This record gives sequence, C-alpha cells and structure tokens, in this order.
Amino acid sequence: MLLCVSAPQLSDRSDAAPRSSDGRAPGPAVQMSDVVVEFGSTTALDGFDLEMQSGEVLGLLGPNGSGKTTAVKVLATLLRHDEGTARVFGLDVVDDAEEVRRRIALAGQYAAVDEILTGRQNLSMFGELFGMHRSVASDRATELLDRFDLLDAGDRPVKNYSGGMRRRLDLASALLTDPPLLFLDEPTTGLDLRSRNTIWDVIGELAADGATVLLTTQYLEEADALADRIAVMDHGRVIATGTPAELKQQTGGLGIRLALVPSGDDAADERRIREAAGDAGLDDVQAGRSPGSWTIALDEAPLEALARLAHILSDGGVDVRSLELRGPDLDDVFLRLTGDEADGADEADEADGADDVDGADDVDGADDVDQTGAGRNGQGRDR
Amino acid sequence: MTTRMLGDTRTVTQRNLWHFVRQPDLLVFSTIQPVMFVLLFVYVFGGAIETSLPPGVDYVDYLLPGILVQSVAFRASQTSVGLAEDLQRGVMDRFRSMPMARSAVLTGRTFADLVRNAAILALMITVGYVVGFSFQNGVLEAAAAIGLILAFGYALSWVFATIAFVAKGAEAAQSAGFVAIFPLVFASSVFVPVETMPTWLQGFAENNPVSVTADAARSLSIGGEVGSAAIESIAWSAGIAVVFGVLAVWRYNRI
Repeated sequence: MLLCVSAPQLSDRSDAAPRSSDGRAPGPAVQMSDVVVEFGSTTALDGFDLEMQSGEVLGLLGPNGSGKTTAVKVLATLLRHDEGTARVFGLDVVDDAEEVRRRIALAGQYAAVDEILTGRQNLSMFGELFGMHRSVASDRATELLDRFDLLDAGDRPVKNYSGGMRRRLDLASALLTDPPLLFLDEPTTGLDLRSRNTIWDVIGELAADGATVLLTTQYLEEADALADRIAVMDHGRVIATGTPAELKQQTGGLGIRLALVPSGDDAADERRIREAAGDAGLDDVQAGRSPGSWTIALDEAPLEALARLAHILSDGGVDVRSLELRGPDLDDVFLRLTGDEADGADEADEADGADDVDGADDVDGADDVDQTGAGRNGQGRDR
Repeated sequence: MTTRMLGDTRTVTQRNLWHFVRQPDLLVFSTIQPVMFVLLFVYVFGGAIETSLPPGVDYVDYLLPGILVQSVAFRASQTSVGLAEDLQRGVMDRFRSMPMARSAVLTGRTFADLVRNAAILALMITVGYVVGFSFQNGVLEAAAAIGLILAFGYALSWVFATIAFVAKGAEAAQSAGFVAIFPLVFASSVFVPVETMPTWLQGFAENNPVSVTADAARSLSIGGEVGSAAIESIAWSAGIAVVFGVLAVWRYNRI
C-alpha cells in the first residue's frame, strides 16, 4: 500500500514579464482563424481559431483525434487547409510557404530522423539542408549531441537508439537553427518517465530563453508543467483557452484521489469505497477516468479527512494502490469542457468515453478523425 | 537558387548512398542477385538458347548487354521503396518543413540510384569478363552502351518515384512496380531472340523500351546495326523521364 500525500502543484509561468520578439517579422507568431481541414468526409479541423504571441509557450491540449496534429501540419506547411487563414509571423502558410519554413522547425512523436545514419550524420545532414556550411553544420552537430547527452552515441546508427534517444535527436534536429517558432507535436507520447523528464527539461530551458513554442499534448500534466497558456481542443476546434491557473479555477479546491487494486468485482469495489468515504464523513465521490480510481471532494481540513479515510480503509483491509491529496488539476477541467463527464456526481459509468485520452499514436490527421468517430460516438458535441 | 538545389541534391544523394552501404542485406541483394542471373543464364539456359542465335554468336556476348538492362529495370523499384520509407517514417515531413530545395528530395534519390546502378553495372561487367564476355567494338561504343542503359534506368527511377507517391507504402510500391516491369523484361530481347517468340508477342517484344535499349547496347557492344535502336532508346528514356518527372514532382507537391 502506497500512501502519498502531495501538496497541490501549480506551476504557472504566465506572470513572467513578456518577452521581446527579437525584431522578428511583425504580427503574432501564429494566427489561425476559421481554419477547416477535411479528409474526404471527415472534418479534422472545423473552424479552428488560435493566436499565439512571440515568446509564448502554448500548449494545445486535446484527446487523441481532436485535430492537434492536423493544426500543426497546416502551420508547418505540410498540409493545405481547405478554408480559413493561417499565418506564421504574418506570413501566409500557403502563399509564403518558403518564408514560413525559414522561421519554423518541427519535432514530435514521429521522431523523424534517419534510422540508418548515425546521430551525428543526421544532424550534419539536416544542418546542411538548413543552408549551413558543411563545417558549421558539423560543429553544430557536436554541440547539440553534447547538449542532448548523445555524444557517446553520436557515431552509432540511430536504429540502435532507444525511444528516448531518438526523440532527443529529433528535438536536437529541430534546434539546429534556433528557430523563431518551434512546433513540438506530442514530444513525450510513449516515452518512459526518465526520457520524458529530459525532454521536459529541454523545453523548460527553451522557454526560459524566450523561445516561441507550440506544444501539442494529450497529457494535461505536460501542458500544465510547460505551457504559459493552454488551448483546449476537441472535435477540431478550440473550446477554451487560458493560463493553467485560469483553467483550474473552474474546478474546486483540494480533493483525494484514491486507487484500488481491483478485486474483480467493480460494483463491490465501488460500494466499499462509497461506504468508507461515507464513514469518514465524505459524500462527494466520483469515479475517476481509469477503472478502480475515485476522486473525493473535500471541503475543509483536508489532512484530517485524509487521515480518517486512511484509517477506515486500513481497518477494513481494503487493498489500496494509492491514496493522494491533490489540488485541482486539468483533468477535471478537461473532462468538464469536453463534456465526457457531465456535471460531476454519480455519473461514473458514463466516463468511459474519456479513455480515448490515453489512446495511442496520434499520427496523421485522417486517422485522428476516424478514431474520434469510432471512440467518441454519442458524445454530444454541444455539451 | 540553383546552387542551393545542387548543394541540397548532393546532400540528399550522399545520404541515400550511405543507406545503400549501411544496409548489408540490401547491398548483398543488389549485388549478388544480378551476378547470379548472369551465371544462371550463361551456364544453365545458355546452352539451349545458343542454338537459336545466329552462327558464331556466343550466348554470353548476346546476354550480357541485355541482362544489364534487366538489372537496372528490376532495381528501379528501389526508388519507390526508398521514397515510400521516407514517407512512412516521417523523414519526408521534416524535409518538407525545411527551407531546403524541395526537389532535392527527388533528385537526390534518383541520382543516388543512378550512382548505385553504375556501380552494379561495373560489377556485372567484371563478372561478365570472367565468364567470357568482352566488348568487341572499342571503348567509345562500350561507354555509349553503358550510357544508354544508365539513362534508361534513370528514366525508370522517375516512374517509380511517381509510384511511391501514388501507392500506399513501400511494399505496395514494390509490387506495383514488379507487375509493370516483369512483362517488359521477359517479353523482350534481353534473354532470347525475339524471333523465337510467337508472332502475336513479337510486335510487343520488338518495340518495348527494354528490348530497344538491349538491342542498342548489344549492337554497340558486339557489333551489328546500331542506328535506329539507339535513337529509339534515347527517345524512350527522354520521354519517360520528362513525363514521369513532371508527374512525380506534381504528386510530391500534393502529398
């Protein structure tokens, strides 16, 4: 049994002084309005609006299939939109695609690096293709290998790299030129914790240096930790924007998160938890997104309530996997906004649709939409 | 702009050649297979086929120029495979999001395949000499024969570049190519004289670009009338390269 009491974690860099735009092209870093992208009969972006300023780290947050990757592909000149306008530093992504490409770089879940080449060869090649002289590209490659802790592996073929090493090389490839605008498309999806932390550190450093980063993620924790501002998207449009703190204000105060080792009888587990919580004087129990987990709202004296509940569970011999005191997090906000879990109480059984959020790769736009259609049928768009 | 294109083409070409060297299975397949074809046809089928050749012509002399054409034709599908893999693995997305000369992805691919073809032809000719082949018309004619074959292979690379952007995935691209190339190569003058085929097939076999190129290369190598076959081969290669070059670039810009 693991007892974990953690203080509410609020990381919010939005109150930092606004960063200068370094004399870059005028206009917001990103400006998309009413963008529509259709793949056959499915609509990946459906009136998508987004604006981003220079120096900002914006987290584009949404479940698998919500259209995040499609939005990035439009901005990165990889995909033509059907309607609306999309500009990068005031430049149209279709008409001025060449100029846009000079100002952007892309990294993400693909880890789009060459498997056969070594890490060093990859960086040198991309450096040369960015227009660097061969010797400059080579020096820059060494510098980046060092920065990303890949110096030892630099002369090995990438196919022998671990997933985390590939992702770091991918990110390094995107940073060859210090791009004014960096797109990170789900940079940590599928990575283990350690690799994820390394990527987070790098993104944190970039942000501290004033880089402009558009980060897509399906992990609320990630957007919370890294972004100045979050745009929540679902079904191809942005449904809310704000700082992490603003979004969190939409939910209540401290709560207890509890997970059980499932006994196999879900109904019995549910009853046991509700009984134990009731005995501890806690009535607001909600089933969590993953089976066997619950969130219990607290009004006051959180530590005492937690202690009471811990006692009751312990006395009752309940097989607890984790018990945690936590502040409001974006999960709640997100679920509320996307309507997967209606107003809270007692609708535990309807939360199934939200499992999409943990889905696998969000590779290309067309697949996104299919998954959306399949996985989220019946979830009212207008809720 | 053009210096940019040349520089980027060189970078991408080098990258693709590195792939060739670094993948032993590919290297073995690309070099051993054509050598085995030469040995198979010379020693296994050669005795039987030689009886239908004009008197005084050795089968190895007849075969080798043709089998060089067969070799570049079969290998052209590698252009598809390379591009399709880049598409699948996302490397293409990185290339396309960069301020590089976009066409360099295609020219770098086809040039690398051209260089590789040249290396493999050199190997096959060496093996040919070991088993009794020789160029009988002088160095210039030999060079012209090799040039025609390489030009034909280069033109086919553009066909397969187009297929890469139309077919879904490397395997699909390869099978699509195989279906197109197989009849062209076997219903041709590469392995046997066209006169030995049924009449209904002879029209196709005589005029298909593989035959035309093989005939021209054969005449340049071992003697005989060169004229029209060489011109037809050049026309075929130029026509294929232009049509499919335009198609490939067009499809590439619409990925």
